[in-house]
Amino acid sequence: MKAPLSWIKEYVDLPAELGIEEITDRLTALGLKLEAIETSGAGIEGPLVVGQVLTQEPEPQKNGKVINWCTVDVGDANGTGEPQGIVCGAHNFKPGDKVVVILPGGVLPGNFQISARKTYGHMSAGMICSARELGLGEEADGIIVLPADAPAPGTDAREALGLGEEVIEFEINPDRAYALSMRGIARDAALGFDVPFHDPAQRDVPLANAEGYPVRIDDEAGCDYFVARTVTGFDPTAPTPEFIKKRLEQVGVRSISLGVDVTNYVMFELGHPIHAYDKAKLAGPIVVRRAHEGEKLTTLDDTVRELDPEDLVVCDDTGPIGMGGVMGGASTEISKTTTDVLIEVAHWDPRSMFRTGRRHKLTSEAGKRNERGVDPLLPPIAADRVVELLVEHGGGVAEPGVTEVGPGASLETRKPPTTITIPISLPTRIIGIELDDETVVKSLELIGARVKVEDGTLTATVPTYRPDLNDPYDLVEEVARIVGYDKVPSVLPRRATGGGLTRAQQLRRRIGRALAGAGLVEVVDFPFVGEADFDRLGLSADDVLRRTVKLANPLNSEEPGYATTLLPGLLKVAARNISRGQDGVSLFETATVAFPVDQAAPIYGVDRRPSAEEMEKLLAAIPRQPLHLAVVLAGERTRGGWWGAAETASWSDAIDVVRRLGAELGVPVEVASASRAPWHPGRCAVVSIDGVEFGHAGELHPNVCKAFGLPARSAAVEIDLDHLISKVPATAAGPVFSTMPVAKEDVALTVSVDVTVAAVEAALREGAGELLETVRLFDVYEGDQVGEGKKSLAFALRFRAPDRTLKAEETAAAREAAVAKAAELTGAVQR
Amino acid sequence: MSGPNTDYDPVEVTPLKAEEVEAARDAALKAIDAATSLEELKQTRLDHAGDRSPLALANREIGALPPAARKDAGQRVGKARGAVNQALAARQKVLEAEHEARMLVEETVDVTLPTDRVPAGGRHPLTTGAEYIADIFVAMGWEVAEGPLIEAEWLNFDALNLGPDHPARTMQDTFWTEPAENHVVLRTHTSPVQARTMLTREAPIYVVCPGRVFRTDEYDATHSPMFHQVEGLAIDEGISMANLKGTLDHFATQMFGEGIVTRFRPSYFPFTEPSAEVDLTCFVCRGAQVVDAGDGQMITCRTCKGEGWIEWGGCGIVNPRVLVACGVDPEKYSGFAFGMGIDRTLMFRTGLSDLRTLFEGDVRLTTAFGSEL
Ligand SMILES: [Zn+2]
Repeated sequence: MKAPLSWIKEYVDLPAELGIEEITDRLTALGLKLEAIETSGAGIEGPLVVGQVLTQEPEPQKNGKVINWCTVDVGDANGTGEPQGIVCGAHNFKPGDKVVVILPGGVLPGNFQISARKTYGHMSAGMICSARELGLGEEADGIIVLPADAPAPGTDAREALGLGEEVIEFEINPDRAYALSMRGIARDAALGFDVPFHDPAQRDVPLANAEGYPVRIDDEAGCDYFVARTVTGFDPTAPTPEFIKKRLEQVGVRSISLGVDVTNYVMFELGHPIHAYDKAKLAGPIVVRRAHEGEKLTTLDDTVRELDPEDLVVCDDTGPIGMGGVMGGASTEISKTTTDVLIEVAHWDPRSMFRTGRRHKLTSEAGKRNERGVDPLLPPIAADRVVELLVEHGGGVAEPGVTEVGPGASLETRKPPTTITIPISLPTRIIGIELDDETVVKSLELIGARVKVEDGTLTATVPTYRPDLNDPYDLVEEVARIVGYDKVPSVLPRRATGGGLTRAQQLRRRIGRALAGAGLVEVVDFPFVGEADFDRLGLSADDVLRRTVKLANPLNSEEPGYATTLLPGLLKVAARNISRGQDGVSLFETATVAFPVDQAAPIYGVDRRPSAEEMEKLLAAIPRQPLHLAVVLAGERTRGGWWGAAETASWSDAIDVVRRLGAELGVPVEVASASRAPWHPGRCAVVSIDGVEFGHAGELHPNVCKAFGLPARSAAVEIDLDHLISKVPATAAGPVFSTMPVAKEDVALTVSVDVTVAAVEAALREGAGELLETVRLFDVYEGDQVGEGKKSLAFALRFRAPDRTLKAEETAAAREAAVAKAAELTGAVQR
Repeated sequence: MSGPNTDYDPVEVTPLKAEEVEAARDAALKAIDAATSLEELKQTRLDHAGDRSPLALANREIGALPPAARKDAGQRVGKARGAVNQALAARQKVLEAEHEARMLVEETVDVTLPTDRVPAGGRHPLTTGAEYIADIFVAMGWEVAEGPLIEAEWLNFDALNLGPDHPARTMQDTFWTEPAENHVVLRTHTSPVQARTMLTREAPIYVVCPGRVFRTDEYDATHSPMFHQVEGLAIDEGISMANLKGTLDHFATQMFGEGIVTRFRPSYFPFTEPSAEVDLTCFVCRGAQVVDAGDGQMITCRTCKGEGWIEWGGCGIVNPRVLVACGVDPEKYSGFAFGMGIDRTLMFRTGLSDLRTLFEGDVRLTTAFGSEL
C-alpha cells in the first residue's frame, strides 16, 4: 500500500518537526510496516525549469521519423534570456504550451547527463522532458504539458511537478484492512503521536429518499447495505484534475478517465470500494442476488465468467451486470460518452467476496478491501464524496434522489457494533508488562473504542472501521501495539522439565554420525517422483512402489507423486556429483516416504477438541510415512594413492553399511539373497531382523546404472529406519567373556557353489557347540583344484572354555563335530 | 701345538707366557675399540673371544700345565678374557644404540603424504543445524516434537484458526493431494505438530518442532518448494509475551552469539494474537548499521541494509481459539508460539547465498561442514 505523506498529513496534525523516518518508525511499531520510501524526482539534478514553447517546426527525417525543432522561452534560466533551441521527438504539444525543460549541465535519473549536442542538424541545448524521463511514471505518450497557470518560464519546475514528494510504501497485514486507506493510516499516525485526527469520513450526507434509483436486495446475508446516487449531465471528456491524477499515480493506479479516477481516489481516501455505472446502459431496477446456475457475465477485463450460484451479482432487467464487490460488468461500464453516472457503494459479506475472488482467480483493489472487511457505515459517505468530486470536476448535477437499502441503512436494523468484554488485567497478564487501568482504557480509546470499566471488567465497543476486532485477545494486541512491543521485557519462562531427546531421536543422530564416520555424505533432496523414475529403476508395472500419494498441483507435472522410495532422487544426486567431477561418491539420505491409505480425513469444527474416536479417524486417513535410509555407493569407494590402487564400491560395501548399522545399534541383522528391482538379481540382499524384512542392499542392476548415468557396479541400500530403530534393545545385556587361553583351529571345506557361506557358517556353529567362540570365513577359492561347481571355504574357528584351558582333544572333538554338522547340512567335504 | 697329555715345562708353553696373554688381550681390546659396526664387532668377537681366539686357545693349554703353574696361568688368562668380554659387551651396547639411532633416521617418512584412503563423510548442515537449534531448547528442558510431512488438512489449517475462507489460507500456497476430498496436504508449516502436541499431551507443554515443510514456490536462490522450519510452543499458566521475548532472546544469543537479541513488531498470524514479527540484531554489524570496509572506513552494512536488524521469523501468543480446538483450557492456560526458517537461519550463520546449494546434493557442501555444525 503506497501513501503520499502529504495526503496522510491532510487528516492528521503531525508536528512539523517530525521527519519522515520518525513517522514511519512509529507506524512500523504500530503494525504498519515500512517497505520503502520513494521520493519523486530523486536523481534529478541541476536546472529543471518551466519553459514555454515559442516555435515548433516539424522536420521529417530520412528514417520516416518526424522531429520538432523548437525554440523555448526559459526565462533567464539559460543565463542569456534568449530562446533555447531544442530538438524534441514528441508531438503532444503546440506553441504556447508550458513544458518542463532540463538545461545543459542538468542530470536526469539514471545519471543521464544533459549537454548541448548536435543532433538532426541542429544544436539542441537541453531536453523537453516526459514523465518517464523524470522517473515519475511509466507514461511516455509524450512530454509533460503543464497547466496554463503554471509558473512563468524560467521558474524551477520542481514545485509545479510536485517533485520531492515522499511516498511511503507500507506492508499491510491482512487483518488491518483499515490501513488500505489514507483515512486509516492517518488515524494510526494520529494515535501514534497522540495528535488530532480529522476524519475525512466526517461529512453531512443527504438523507435517503424515495426518488433514488430503484434497488432491491434479495440476499441480505451477502449484501446488507446498498447506496446508490446519480450524477447527470456529466462531461465525459472533462480532464481529471492534476491533484487526483498525481495522487493516483503515487499510489500506483493508472489514470483512466475522470469518472473512474474519482471512484479510485475516494477508495484510497476512505477505504471503501465504489462502482460507477453508465446509467444510460442500465435497464430497469437493480437487484442484488446470488447468481443462477449457468449465468454468465463479461467483466470489465473483457473476460467471460461462468458464474457460480454462490457468487453475488448485481443485476438489472438484462441479468447480471456486475460481480458485486469484486468486479463490474463490461455492458454498463462508463465510457467516453457517459453523461449520467450511477454510483454504487455497497457493503458486502467478506466471506463471499473471498470465495468469489478465489473461484474466479480475481484480485482487485476493490476485492482486496471487501474481502478483508470495510467500515459498514461508509457507503453513504463514500457515495456523497464521489458525487461531490464528479460535480466539481465533471460539471454534472447531483440528482436529489438518494437510494439506501438493506438492513445497514437504518439504525434499527443495522448490526449493532461489536462489544468485547475482558478482565481489565488481561493485557497485563498476556503482554507481561504491568499496565495500569488508565493506560489500558486510553489505548483502546485511542483506536476509537468506547470503553466502560466496572468491577475490574472492561467492555469496549469497537469502532466500525475495525471489523477485525472480535476477540478478547484482539484488544490485547491493540493495547500491546499502542504501549509498544519494544516495551515488552525479556523474561525466560519457568524452567521446563522435559526428558530430553527421545530414544528414537538420539538413535537417529547416532545413525547419521555412524554413516558419516564410515565416509558417507548426507544429502537432502526433494521427495517428488514420477513414472519415469520408476521406469528407470526397472520396477515392474504392478510394483507397489508405483502407488504413490499423488499431488493435485505438482510443481513439475512429470513428478506428480510423493516418493515411495528415496532411490531415484539419490541416484540422480550421485550422478550429478559424478558429472561434476567426483571420481566416486558415497551418499546417504534419511527421509520419510509415503504410502497412500485411500481414506478421507474428516474436517471437524474448531469449537472443541475432537473426541478420541474422531482423532483416530483423522489420523488413520493420513498416509503411512516410514522413515527410510537410502545409500548409494558409486565409483571409487577408496582413493588410489601411494598406498595402492583405488577400490571401487561393490555390492559387499552396500551390505556392510547395513551390517555396521546393526552393530552400531546392537541389533543383529540377517542377510539373505533376494531379487528385487532396482538391484542386480544375483547381487541383492534382503536384510531382516528376527525374520522381519526391512530393506535391501547390493549392486544395482546394470540397466539402472546406465539409466541414471552411474558408474558400472554402483551399489545401493534402502531400508526402513523406523523398523531398525524399533528393534534396538532398550537395555543391552553386558557380555560375559572368558579370560582363559584361546584355541585356534582352521578348517577348509569344499561345498557346491550354490551353498551360501551363511549356511555353512551356521552349520559349523551348530556342530561346534558351546566351546566355539567365533567363526570367521577367511578365504574363498573356486578353481581347478576344487573341481567344477564347487568352492572351497576356509574358516578360522576359535574355541574357548569359560573355566579352563582346553585340552587338545577337546578342541579337536569340537572341530570334528563342527565339520560333521557342516557335512550333514551342507554337503561340505573337508579338504 | 701340544696336546694336554704332553708333559712339558710351562715356561716352554708360549701362549701362556704373561707377555703373550697381555698381547692377545691388548690386541683384542684394540680390535674391539676399532669395531665401528655390529657386524665388525661380531667378527671381532669371533677373532678375539671365539673358540679359536688366542685367549681361548691359551685357556685350553692351562690343563697341560703342572698343577703348581695352573693357578697363576689360569688367573692370568681368566682376567684377560674377562677384560675382553667386558669390552665386547660395552662396545656392543654402544654400537647397538648407534644402530638404533641410525635406523630411526633411515625410517623417516614424509608425513605430508596424503592419507585420505577413505574419503571423509559428513552430515548435512540442515540436519546438524536443526540439531543445534533443538539442543538449545533441550538444554532449557524443552522436548522435541515431530509429525508427518503429509498431514490432515484439519490439522494443518482448521485447528490453527485457518478456516476454509481465511484470507491467510491463500497466503500459503499449498500442495494438495488427490483426491482433494480426502483433505490431505503436504504440511505448509510445522504448526500442525504444535496442534498434535496439544491434542495428545497435558499442559504444561514446552516443545520445539524442527522439520520439513512444503509450499508451491518456484525454485530459485531464495525460494524452494521444500524448506525447513523450527517452531516452538509453550503452554503453561501465566505465559506472556515477556516470556516469549525472553525465550527468543536466549535462542538468538545461543545461535548467533552474545549481543544478538530480538525485536518485536506487530504482525498478523491466525495462529497467534497478539502476533509479532521477530527481527534479529544484524549478526554482521551487530546492530551498528555500519561495517569496516577493510580500510578502516565505515560503510553501510549490506546484510541489514543499514537497519541494524534483519527479519527472522514470526511469533505471538497462541490464539485462544486454537487452544479450544486443541483441547487446552484458555481460562487456565496461555501459551506462546514462534517459527523461523532453518534454511534461512543456516544461511545467516554460514554466509551461503543460494538456497539451492542446500538441496542439490553436491558433496562439497556437506563435507565442508564435517559432521557437526
Ligand atoms: Zn548489519
